[in-house]
Amino acid sequence: MIQPVRSALVLAATALLVACGGGGDDDGSGSASKSTGPVTIEWWHIQNNDPMKSVWADAVKQYEAANPNVKINVTVLENEAFKAKLTTTMQGGKVPDIFQSWGGGTLKEQVEAGLVQDVTEPTKAWIGDLNSAATGLYQIDGKQYGVPFNLGMVGVWYRKSLFEQAGIDAPPATWDEFLTTVQALKQKGVTPLAVGEKDKWPGMFWWANLSLRIAGKDALAQAGEDGSFDSPGFVKAGAELKRLIDLQPFQKGFLAAPWDGAGGEAAQIGNGKAAMSLMGQWAPSTYAANTKESEEVLADLGWFPFPTVDGGAGGPTEQFGGGDGFAIGKDAPPEAVDFIKFLVTSDVANKAGASGGILPVKKGTESSVTDPNMKSVLDARAQADFVQLYLDQAYAPAVGQAVNDAVQELFAGKASPQDVAGKIADAAKAG
Amino acid sequence: MLYGLLVIAPVLQAMYYSGFKWNGLGDLDDFVGLENFRRAFADDVFTGALWHNGVFVVLSLLAQLPFALSVALMLNARIRGRALLRVLYFAPFVLSEVVTGVVFTLMLQPGGLADGVSPVDREWLADPSIVLYTLFVAISWKYFGFHMILYLAGLQQIPRELEEAAIVDGASGWQVFRHVTLPLLGPTIRISAFLSIIGALQLFDLVWVMTGGGPVNASNTMAIYMVDWGFKRFQFGYASAVAVIMLVISLAFALLYQRYVLRRDIEGALTSMGR
Repeated sequence: MIQPVRSALVLAATALLVACGGGGDDDGSGSASKSTGPVTIEWWHIQNNDPMKSVWADAVKQYEAANPNVKINVTVLENEAFKAKLTTTMQGGKVPDIFQSWGGGTLKEQVEAGLVQDVTEPTKAWIGDLNSAATGLYQIDGKQYGVPFNLGMVGVWYRKSLFEQAGIDAPPATWDEFLTTVQALKQKGVTPLAVGEKDKWPGMFWWANLSLRIAGKDALAQAGEDGSFDSPGFVKAGAELKRLIDLQPFQKGFLAAPWDGAGGEAAQIGNGKAAMSLMGQWAPSTYAANTKESEEVLADLGWFPFPTVDGGAGGPTEQFGGGDGFAIGKDAPPEAVDFIKFLVTSDVANKAGASGGILPVKKGTESSVTDPNMKSVLDARAQADFVQLYLDQAYAPAVGQAVNDAVQELFAGKASPQDVAGKIADAAKAG
Repeated sequence: MLYGLLVIAPVLQAMYYSGFKWNGLGDLDDFVGLENFRRAFADDVFTGALWHNGVFVVLSLLAQLPFALSVALMLNARIRGRALLRVLYFAPFVLSEVVTGVVFTLMLQPGGLADGVSPVDREWLADPSIVLYTLFVAISWKYFGFHMILYLAGLQQIPRELEEAAIVDGASGWQVFRHVTLPLLGPTIRISAFLSIIGALQLFDLVWVMTGGGPVNASNTMAIYMVDWGFKRFQFGYASAVAVIMLVISLAFALLYQRYVLRRDIEGALTSMGR
């Protein structure tokens, strides 16, 4: 095809530029060892909001000052814009030197297409300093294809004041207690739950958590291999979710509500119109951004891990979540790995943790997190021995979307738990 | 040359891709022939999207265009403030579809403006059985002004004398409209209908912003379906096949329409009697 020819041309042109001593905009130096000649690293990240945006801008300045031969070209993109831009760039056979990755199925496809570097060797000396649940998300067939910098998990955020209003003194620990809590809130005229089902993935969180609790992590891994999403555990998970949906616990018009934005899930919690939402560690800042009473919300938030289900295969130390990390493009110079090491293992991780923007993965940096909301997620992470990656990242994109679609039908009352399990299985088996 | 590079080449490329199972990365090595097309027509979601496009076409022709025409007729008469009204009715057209979508989403969300003024309490965007019609109202709001301007321009071309002569001959208001105004407006109506149908077939922006094709695919269109499979599921071969189907439908329609409906206009006939 045309792509290899084109990238070969780019490489040749780059080599020429480097040979001539012109620094410029080279994609990679191609040399095997760290060179002292001028090197440019293309870095695409999606931390487009403060505090993380500034934390990383400062880190770049610091690194460039310490390594005068390295120039880092930063491209900051919004999440969806990043995905679209990366896809079109990759179709042209090109890839940035360092780019955002969530690991899992998408990373696997990129690896299979030969776009991502195996960094097992260059990271061997220090990868053990990072949280193993996080680094595991970037391992494919025992090889390391990326480095995490953030790992969080999904749990239930709630407004303490609304719980008090309904006379609930302790957060529920089991699924049955949770359903009782929902009914108690409803009886007091409080909308128990907010969900942004227009976006589909917020609903998927419910199904995925129940699947992890009932079918278990091994069944999820197995289904990823052979498409057995129609096994009894998944049908049972759908049936339990239907029990919840049948209580009509969600805000009015939830099928058209987004997660973030006008009338969305975050605005419901932010404005105290609903009591609980099932969401990841990024939720508090989004709730705060969707209301005029930001301070009030942040002080009124509580968090508990997803309830356990009696008789299920999964235990309380298995959590559903994911994080952020970086993959290294095929033509990246060795300095790219060195820069990532600087980002995740140096004092930058402490600063990032202290900023409240992320939950750093380097062991020992956990204490830098002081925000009480982030701290409650971090405490649960410390007890977790397994993190199931978000399903739309863990599986091939088409399977992840099939999960989202099928679960939305369950929320809309258009499909039975059996239908949902069957539809996902069909999509997974079609590959 | 430029046309070949920018139009023909991507079309041929999409046709080529549509024969493969391809995730957008790596080489095209999994040739599946026409399987992608078979799969599209076997998928209820795609045929549903096709049906929704059809609903938009029919509703546009039966509701949106007659409405635009009646407003144009009203604003062609000598009434007070007609210049201001023309500007007001045309104004929505200059907004982008995305802005229109955001404005309507804000109005239609629970507790929004629509809840305050509407006599019925409905989940305008969350109820799968009515979302399609809600979207049609938003689309019509944006585009009727455009068709109104087309009709106004057409009406200005009609010599006053013809209508006056008909009135002198004793024709009623309806008869003047039916036998003088409407036939003379024929070329304009045919162009306006053409643009409206093509627009309905290609509908994307507004739906993407307001519902994303949901809930439960109740407002999906072919273009939404294509983007969903291309950029969310990364099955570019299949998405290309959907693009080709869209192209074939639009192209076939455009050619047939030109051949059978627009022929008289293109050949330069000035007047013709209705059908």
